Parts: sequence; C-alpha cells; structure tokens
Amino acid sequence: MANFYTDNKNMKFHLGHPLMEKIVRLKEQNYSDKDKFDYAPTDFEDTIDSYDKVLEIVGEICGDIIGPNAESVDHDGPTIVNNEVVYAPGTQKNLDAINNAGLFGMSLPREFGGLNFSMVPYVMAAELVSRADAGFANIWGLQDCAETIHEFGSQEIKEEFLPRFPKGATAAMDLTEPDAGSDLQAVQLKATWDEASKVWRLNGVKRFITNGDADVSLVLARSEEGTSDARGLSLFVYDRADKAMTIRRIENKLGIKGSPTCELVFSNAPAQLVGDRKMGLIKYVMSLMNSARLGVGAQSVGIAEAAYREALKYAFEREQFGKAIAQYPAVYEMLTWMSVRVDAIRSLLYETARFVDVYKAYNFVAETRKLEADERQDSKNFQKLADAFTPLLKLISSEYCNSIAYDSLQIHGGTGFMKDFPIERIYRDARITTIYEGTSQLQVVAAIKGVTSGTYLKAIKDYEAQPIKPEHEYLRRTLADMTIRFEAAQAKVENLKDGDMLDFHARRLVEIAGNIILGYLLLGDAQREERFTRSATIFIVKADSENRQKESYIQHFDPRQLGLYKATLEA
Amino acid sequence: MSFRIIVLAKQVPDTRNVGKDAMKADGTVNRAALPAIFNPEDLNALEMALKVKDSIPGAEILIVSMGPGRAAEIIRESMYRGADGGVLVSDRKFAGSDTLATSYTLSLAVKKLAPYHLLIAGRQAIDGDTAQVGPQTAEKLEIPQITYAEDVVAVDSSSITIKRRLERGIEVVKSPYPCAVTVHGSAAPCRPRNAKLVMKFKHARTLSELQEETKDYTEMRADRPYLNILEWSVDDIQADVEKLGLSGSPTKVKKIDNVVLQAKESRQFSSDEKDIDQLMKELIASHIVG
Repeated sequence: MANFYTDNKNMKFHLGHPLMEKIVRLKEQNYSDKDKFDYAPTDFEDTIDSYDKVLEIVGEICGDIIGPNAESVDHDGPTIVNNEVVYAPGTQKNLDAINNAGLFGMSLPREFGGLNFSMVPYVMAAELVSRADAGFANIWGLQDCAETIHEFGSQEIKEEFLPRFPKGATAAMDLTEPDAGSDLQAVQLKATWDEASKVWRLNGVKRFITNGDADVSLVLARSEEGTSDARGLSLFVYDRADKAMTIRRIENKLGIKGSPTCELVFSNAPAQLVGDRKMGLIKYVMSLMNSARLGVGAQSVGIAEAAYREALKYAFEREQFGKAIAQYPAVYEMLTWMSVRVDAIRSLLYETARFVDVYKAYNFVAETRKLEADERQDSKNFQKLADAFTPLLKLISSEYCNSIAYDSLQIHGGTGFMKDFPIERIYRDARITTIYEGTSQLQVVAAIKGVTSGTYLKAIKDYEAQPIKPEHEYLRRTLADMTIRFEAAQAKVENLKDGDMLDFHARRLVEIAGNIILGYLLLGDAQREERFTRSATIFIVKADSENRQKESYIQHFDPRQLGLYKATLEA
Repeated sequence: MSFRIIVLAKQVPDTRNVGKDAMKADGTVNRAALPAIFNPEDLNALEMALKVKDSIPGAEILIVSMGPGRAAEIIRESMYRGADGGVLVSDRKFAGSDTLATSYTLSLAVKKLAPYHLLIAGRQAIDGDTAQVGPQTAEKLEIPQITYAEDVVAVDSSSITIKRRLERGIEVVKSPYPCAVTVHGSAAPCRPRNAKLVMKFKHARTLSELQEETKDYTEMRADRPYLNILEWSVDDIQADVEKLGLSGSPTKVKKIDNVVLQAKESRQFSSDEKDIDQLMKELIASHIVG
C-alpha cells in the first residue's frame, strides 16, 4: 500500500509552481476540449486537480506494483523467443497495470486518445516510475516517440500511429549503430525508395537499441545516396507488424537489466518517412534527443530519490557501538548532503520541464492560429532557455544521481555490497545515466554554449531580480558574488582566445554556472515554502566553496601546462 | 434488457493498521482514529463484476453502499475502476444496524434496482468479519447464492459458473440468474483506477455532498447526468422503521475483552516425517492451517 506520489510532498510542491497557470492556459486553449471529451478539464484548478489525481494513480502503481517487481525484473530480464523479445514476467505485469490505468499517451492530445497532459506532470510520472524501477522507466519513457510523430509527422502518419499509443503500443528510437554512437552523422543504415510498392525500404544494422522490438520504431537512416554527413539522414517509422527485422541479440548489461537493449538487422523493411527528407538528424532527432535528455533527468532524480530513501532507512535501522549509525556526524552529513542534492536536481528538472512546456505549447497553438508578435518572442525566449537548461540538467542530475547512489551504498557498508538490499541494483542502474542519450562529456559541449552565449548569465540575472524574503538576503548576496566571480572566470578563459583552453575549462565553467543556477532555484523554492531554506542554505554555502576551488584552478592555470595533458596522446 | 450487475460495497475503518485508539471505552470501534477505506474483499468483488462486464457487451455495474455521507467515496472509487454508477443508501435511522437490519435495508435497495442478473459482494467486511450480510441479503431477495467465490470460470447471458474456495478444496458451481455471489480475498485483486475514468467521474457527487461544495460545476452537471450519485433514504426504499437501526438489530454487544496473545508453552518436534505429520495434523485439527 505504498504511494510514491503522496509519500513525497515535493512532487505536489512543484506541481504548484506559479508558471503552471501559463502552461495550462496555453496547453488547454480556453478549455475548448471540455465540450468534446468527458474527461477534459473546465478550468485551471480542475486541470491541476486532474494532474494530481492521475499522478496519485501513477504513484500507487509504482509503490504497489512496479517497485515490488523491480528485483525479479532485474534478475529475470528479457529473453528472445522466436525472434521476439519477451519481457520479464514482472515487466509485463507493470505494462498491464499501466495500460489498465490508461496512462500511456499521457502527453498526446485527446483527439488521439491521449490525456493532453503538459510536460511537468508527464515528467513527474517518469520520475515516479524511475524511483520504482529505473529500467522500466525506459519502456515508459519511450512514449516520447509518439510526441515526435505528433510534432513532425504528416496527418496520415499521425492518424495511423498515434491512436495506438494510448492503447498500449510500445516504442523505440533506433538511432545508434556499431560505428555511430555519439557521432550520429556516421549512420549507415540505408533507406531506399521502392517505387513498385510505394514505400521506403530499410537495410542495415542498429545497435544498443532500447526496447528494440517495440510495436512502433522510429529509425534514423541514410536516404540520400552518396552522402556521408547529417544532411543525408531522414527519420522513418517502422511497424513491427511488418516482421522485416531480426533481433540479433539482447545485450547483457551492468544495470537497467529489465530494459531490453537490442541489436537489430533490418532486411528490406518497409517504412514511412516522418516529416521531410534530410531533416532526420538535424531537426527531428535533435528534438527527440532533447526529450530523451529531459527523460534521463527525470530518471536520475527518481533513482537518486530511491537511493536516498534506502540510505536513510538503513542508517536508522543499523546500530553500531550502541546507536543507530545515522547518529554519527560522518553519516548524517552524507545523508543531509544527499537530500539537499536531490532537492536541487528536482528543482532543476521541473524548471527545465516548464521551459519546454511553454515553448512546445506555443508551437501547438501556432498550428491553430497565428501567434502575436509578443507571443512569438516569448516562445523564442523559452525555447532558448529550454535548449540551454536541458544539457545542464542531463549533466548535473546524472552525475549527482551517481554520487548519491555511491554514498547510499557506502552507508550500507558491507551489506550494501551484497545482493540482499535494493541499493546494489540502484547503484548499477544509476551508472548508465551519465552515459546514454549523450555522455556527460557531450552535455558539456552543448552546455558550454549556454555559458558563451550568455544565456545562463541572463537566467541568473533574472533569478537575482526576483523578490525575496529579507532573511534570505544574505544568501542572495552570496549568489550575486558567485556570479561576479563566474563572469571573471569566463572572461579569463575567453581572453585567452584559444579554443583548446575553452574546451579544457568547459566543464568547470558549466559546473560553476550550474551551481549558481541550482542555488537560485533552491532559494526560489524557499520563497514558496519555508522548509526549503535548509536545502538552499546548505547548498549555497557548499557551492560557493566548490566554485572557489574551480575558479582558483582556472585563474591560476598556466596555458602552457595543457601540453602536459596532451602528452598522453603522444605516448 | 441490459445485463445488470449490482455490487455491494462498504466503507470500513482500516483495521489492518490498528493503534491504541482503535476502540472506544464502550467497546465500539473508534471510527475517527482509523482511516476509512474500501473494504478489501469488496474490491475483489468489484474486480469480479468488472471481469463479467468485460465479457458481456453492454453489461452495467451499479454499486450499492450503505453508510454515512462520506461513503459516497466508495461509489466514486468504483466508478474510477469501471463501474457505471451507484446508490448511497444513507439515513440516520440506519445507525446501529447489525447484519439482520443491514441485509434488510440492502435487499430493499437492490429490489428497487431490479431487474438485475448478478448481485456480487465481498465475503465479509474487515470491521465486523461476520460474512453474514451477503448471504442474508440473498435470502431476503430469495435468490440462489454462491459464497466463497474465487474466480469466474464461465459466464454468458443465461448463467454463471463460479469456482469456490473452500476449506478443503475447491468446488465449481453453476447458477442461473438472478443470483448472489460473495467473493473471497483470494480472488483477483482489483484493477487500478483508470486515468480517464478518474477525470470523467471525479466531480460525481450525491445531493448532500453538493450542498457542501464551494464550487459546484452546475453547468457541467446539467450535461452530464452520470455525475449525480443517487442517495436513498428510509422513505426512498419504503423500509419499515422498526426493522432498521438499533431497534431492528437483535445483536447486542455484551462485553468487550482485551485479548493479549502470548506464547504459553513451547513444544519440540524433530524433523523426521512422523513428527512433521503429527504437527500438521494438530495444526489442521485446531484450524490453524486448513
């Protein structure tokens, strides 16, 4: 009888953010659906109430079904039977429960059978599922593919595929290949137009494909013969019913073992083009990847929450030298720092989700009417913020998630190293988050643009200008001081006018900016609810000293010493 | 005539998490100290009804619950899972009813919903554990009853075949309609609430609840009659007041004892076949396992 939504009041706290009113207004467009659908809301309050009630269902399924199944799913894993992926029995039970509850297609419009939820509650559901079973969260999260079809597909493709998702169709995004991982421009899988049967034909291999045997797959393929870069790639949709794909194997992974990672061979597989030719990687996959990165953010926060709860529980149960180990300073400092970081990345997660929400809602409004000039500007600003915050979120949340899982296992001591407690699974599951959907190193490449373009600084200045309780003023002053030092560190690197040096310090600069942003977000939370003052205070003080260390390194680094690092290449 | 299934469901105090305030000094249950929940075996009953509904096109499920105003929540919870509507039988005059008075009241409410095919209820409620209300209601309605049901083996528009979970095995029985079925806790658990149904029915209210709402969604209510949960009083079911409440309840609580369970003696059994056999026989004889 556990409920992962109601047992964590921080979820509802973020659902109550002031920006939700604007998001819901854009998303529900004057609540016009209420005359067509008996489950559509009639006003803002009604919408938030629906979000709340549906998240309660998600929380209950996570607490009572998905969470309890996680251990057996991790143990059993998926198998291949007659060229089909068969999920672990627990995974199938999870899927049945989610389907019975009508939760798939959460963000799709009602005309396709969806719930028309905004990103915030959809991302919350992803966080809840991840806390219960991070591997299952991938199968849940791949409904993002429906969103991509909805955004970019033709009307016929939308009508053919979208209504299938709310009825339980699973999805996959088939991007990577043996020689095209981080570098998707190198994709080789071939798409050729078959004039006789008027379909595209796919031929080639895809590797490391999560949920590869899904009902509906989005496949990135080379449609332009003779090309070798991103401009020759298009996006296709493949229907499993066509049975023109073989599953070569399921990978044996360190973690998220319930999520089938497949190697696929397409042989003359019929497929339909999504959107325009040549826009596959440049536009559609970039958008899909952004949703997926937001998804990994949610997954990271969910895993971190689970890891923290396991540590807290164990630290109070386990007694040594006559008292619970939680009572020892070395342990309670770890526990506190874990919970503060969970608060911080959750705040960043929902801030990013809100930015995505606003500009995506504008895009759909734009399909029904022309946006006013100020709306277009507003939409553009939010898109800019979303694009800058998404890699920052992916980077920081996944790194924190790993360090929180590490600390949680440490608190478990020798017991944590055994297979007897959930933490060993959580620890293994956490590991992938800094790797897939773009490694941390690649997130830095995207996020450094937020530093050089001034987008982070502008966001920071906006936060700084927000009204604040007088007793929090000293925290704001600390953050303002950190901002001045951030600008100085950035100037120091930029003045070297050396691309290598910018690359070298990129991660440090991104993390310095990230710390200031997280500090302001927690401070903002503390304005709405007093209990966040603790997290904000602890975080800002720590971040200040962490930033000083990084800044000192940047300020004192002799560029000639870069050669010492490069020497590795010559060895 | 559509296939009508009536499910009897009760809101009960959650006696599974009993604290020290669970009982009042006079030996009655302190309802304020315990959260009100959907009686667990009634959820099994609802699932069985939903399963029947899934296999008979056009079937409808109506919930009948007797209790105070807040028990309307049970009807909403059922609608969130696939029930079509329900009736809250509520009146101060029902207060203090034992199983006899309760089954009398429920039988009148069910009669008012006739014709129906199936009457399904949980075996027993966790606040009284009598397992009498279902069978007594069936008796008063003069319909056949299948108790301890675990699963529906077959169902069509003329009969239902049920697997019964009994102490020493299982039994499969078939009955024509109308008939009553009481469902055992070993039956399938109830499906989760459905997102769209929750959003569709969350504004469903009884008339008494509506009077307390600050925001009544009047306009929406006019177009959506299913948002009105029926509420029946003593007069609505034309009950004989003498047969209701305390006056209609021959059961009287004489006294309540606090039972403290403790191990009084221990016995040693070796792990050989003979001793284990002996242990099992004793446990079965004393109804500890069965």
